[in-house]
Amino acid sequence: MSDGTGPRPDAGLAVQTEGLGKTFGRQRAVADLDLAVPQGSVYGFLGPNGSGKTTTIRMLLGLTSATSGTIRVLGGAMPEQARDVLPRVGALVEGPAFYPFLSGRANLVRLDSGDRRAPTSTRRARVDAALDRVGLGHAADKKAHAYSLGMKQRLGIANALLMPRDLLVLDEPSNGLDPQGTREVRALIRSLADDGTTVLVSSHLLAEVEQMCSHIGVMSAGRLLTQGTLDDLRALGTHRVRVLTPDPDLARGVLTRLGLVPDGSGSPALPASPDAPDAPAAPAATGSAGAVRVEADLGVEGLAPETVVAALVAADVRVRGFEVAGASLEDRFVDLTGEGFDVAG
Amino acid sequence: MSPAEPTGPDAAAASSSVPGAAAVPARRGSGLALLGSEVAVLFRRTRTIALLSALALIPVLLAVAVRVATDDDGSGGGPAFLGDITRNGLFVSLTALTVAIPLFLPLTVGVVAGDTIAGEASLGTLRYLLVTPVGRVRLLLVKYAGAALFCLAGTLVVVVVGAIAGAALFPVGPVTLLSGQTIGLGDYAGRMLLMALYVTISLLGLSAIGLFASTLTSVPVGAMAATVVLSTAAQIVDALPQLSFLDPWLFTHYWLGFADLLRDPISWSNFADNALLQAGYIAVFGALALGRFTTKDVLS
Repeated sequence: MSDGTGPRPDAGLAVQTEGLGKTFGRQRAVADLDLAVPQGSVYGFLGPNGSGKTTTIRMLLGLTSATSGTIRVLGGAMPEQARDVLPRVGALVEGPAFYPFLSGRANLVRLDSGDRRAPTSTRRARVDAALDRVGLGHAADKKAHAYSLGMKQRLGIANALLMPRDLLVLDEPSNGLDPQGTREVRALIRSLADDGTTVLVSSHLLAEVEQMCSHIGVMSAGRLLTQGTLDDLRALGTHRVRVLTPDPDLARGVLTRLGLVPDGSGSPALPASPDAPDAPAAPAATGSAGAVRVEADLGVEGLAPETVVAALVAADVRVRGFEVAGASLEDRFVDLTGEGFDVAG
Repeated sequence: MSPAEPTGPDAAAASSSVPGAAAVPARRGSGLALLGSEVAVLFRRTRTIALLSALALIPVLLAVAVRVATDDDGSGGGPAFLGDITRNGLFVSLTALTVAIPLFLPLTVGVVAGDTIAGEASLGTLRYLLVTPVGRVRLLLVKYAGAALFCLAGTLVVVVVGAIAGAALFPVGPVTLLSGQTIGLGDYAGRMLLMALYVTISLLGLSAIGLFASTLTSVPVGAMAATVVLSTAAQIVDALPQLSFLDPWLFTHYWLGFADLLRDPISWSNFADNALLQAGYIAVFGALALGRFTTKDVLS
């Protein structure tokens, strides 16, 4: 194969696929996927159930063969260079899996002994460190069948951390975790990313992805709909301006004159939302509690937020707060994949 | 893939489908670590211990039954050597092996060999082993080695427990061989070990069949059943005179041929024919297992 048809290796990408496709019989699970996961990023791989995320991850890791296209992981072609690539990759694929009759520790020892590059002399210490890192130190000697789903999930993450990795591929890492565990996993992923590890994390929990990812790729029905930085994706959507003011009618008038369509016209004054829990019971009182939030889509082409502020001030509107908010990722996600989380058939 | 030329040893090992060549990689120490882990997991598993215990029960039950039933010195029907047990307890091992070979040993070997890959697949640990990464060829070799070790362990259990039970319940003395000579205990012990080796080798072909069946499914019970059924079917075919032309090709054909090791001088022809036949089965089904497993999409 000449270099002209293969993917040009991009040193800045930890994962790079070109035209990746997978067909099971007549079912096209993944088609024409050009994934680009930059080094050092936390890449959120989003998509409804059945959209091809796990199939893609299986191909990246050499578990299944691609029907078409090419894959480079950490600069090496997959699956041809799996022996050199995979030791640098930690993975949690489609849920954790263990020998139920072995203890948590023995399970990790077992999997670690399969890695030729994992030094035997440090095995015990590395296993214990990984168990401590996911908070399983006290349950290390329990048999895995006695673990709860959340504990298994933690053990699966510990397995991915047995060796220093350049890339972590985590398929639904917070599945089955309690809110506390979810927070811990998020913090863990962030601390790993701070150490320079690239993290590819698949999830259907949008809020979670929004909180921890720097990049996002959205899959639907086997295709990658969009990918880029979180800010890129947000920028694609409409922005909203939020004005916090005790002069809502005046503000609405200004916004209308600018060509915007303020919402909530005629609605009763509500306490300011940012400090709503602390707001006194009587919202009509003067002071910040008397401020009302006026919102409008910043839909007009070329209208800069600062223009809006200037116009408001010029009209003597008392501006107590001003905010430009992107559309929530959820809005974008639904825009892209359509309403309803139907499993792609 | 043109840019992949620097990986000399890797490429050589990866492209080689000859089991022997891939078994000796550059870094041998950690290759053995996986084998050690496999053996530890296999033999510490409750199921394996139960299988070996069941095998150990065969000579024990046999010895006890003969001891209880033959107080009146009656030597009726039953397998060969059964009547000899009362005169010399050392024949318990031999009799137990004869009893275990047609069904019990293939049954336990079928369970272990059928579980090799399918068991990992059904637990989901297969994907984690492969991502670790354990190369597929290496995993198959280690799994087969584990199954072969189980064959040896199962056979030795029958022989050793048989010797102990025989010595405990019956008089023990010099053994008269089939060819008429009498040999001492030490010499006989050596012959028993040779027989254990013979039986172990006899089961290696079946293990290879089980390994291949195990790569076809992620339901271990299916692979186990297929393996056991094949061993029974082969014995039935072997027993049908109309199909006698098939006999030399059946992996079960030499299973009961170990009596030749009780002659002096030892007749090695069965031993050699059996070893060659089993090697053929290992080659064929090993190659099938390799071909299947190295190209398989692991979806479990």
